[in-house]
Amino acid sequence: MITTPSSPRTRGPGIKKKWVPAFAGMTMMLWSLPALAQSNLPPAYWANRKLPDPKQEARADALMDEIRCLVCQGQSIADSDAELAGDMRDLVRRRIAAGESPVSIRTWLIQRYGSWISYKPTAEPAAWPLWLAPLALLLAGLFLLRKRIKR
Amino acid sequence: MSRVTRFAPLILLLLVIAALVWRLATPANSDVPSKLEGQSLPAFALPAAVPGKPPLSSGDFKGQPRLLNVFASWCVPCITEVKVLGELKARGVAIEGVAVRDRPADIAYFLANNGDPYERIGSDPQSSLQIALGSSGVPETFVIDAKGVIRYQHIGPIEAKDVPLILQKLEQAR
Repeated sequence: MITTPSSPRTRGPGIKKKWVPAFAGMTMMLWSLPALAQSNLPPAYWANRKLPDPKQEARADALMDEIRCLVCQGQSIADSDAELAGDMRDLVRRRIAAGESPVSIRTWLIQRYGSWISYKPTAEPAAWPLWLAPLALLLAGLFLLRKRIKR
Repeated sequence: MSRVTRFAPLILLLLVIAALVWRLATPANSDVPSKLEGQSLPAFALPAAVPGKPPLSSGDFKGQPRLLNVFASWCVPCITEVKVLGELKARGVAIEGVAVRDRPADIAYFLANNGDPYERIGSDPQSSLQIALGSSGVPETFVIDAKGVIRYQHIGPIEAKDVPLILQKLEQAR
């Protein structure tokens, strides 16, 4: 969206006004679903607070981007509004603040939830097809090309 | 171009559509099982979740196989599950509870209305034990043997039809 410095919150010209209520309604409908399973407790202390040390916060942030949310399974815990994701952000920030390394926290989580919990691609045998696919497709392409050139 | 190669893209398209329709009809299982089956319970000590009921720590899992039920008063399926847990208790099963992100008054109300099958209930206000167990939601139940080793994880509510399986897992943990 293009915004001018004088009015940073103006809507871009591309969005027609009549769509706005429709989008708002749709967003509200999406939000109402997970609300069924919400507890009555406020978010954990470090769920939505940055660590005072910017270096530690950067380390926590990088890790939270790569940890998958167990509730909204397509999102990272950094992006998710789920309470469990908030509790996991709290856990990550607490441990980083206590001096634990991101690698060790990731390993601890993988011990519990498997590599499923991490978005970082691994070199496990299960991931080999993924790594080899580009090569295989390239070879297949070359093969087709060679046939065409011959003809 | 032979007839087969001419129709290859169409066949490929139909295969892709068939695969998509099949996946829509039978959605993938989104459960995330805990990797801790076969390992010792992580060491923990939770405060009492309701006044008048003992707190829960990892040291309490001894003497006999026990169920560790992760629940919450705000969890709708837990209401039906806690009644089935009552039946298991009547059969002599020892059940320990972990109340996730819950308040004492809400838990007391939940137990008064739906029955209380728990020997002890620990309070887990920031899901710390839940995460340490590799549990991804409420309700979940773990079968813990007399040595404190996690032997089985049941994801979702224990329904009447699951009772024989749970009893069997408890027997195997003996």
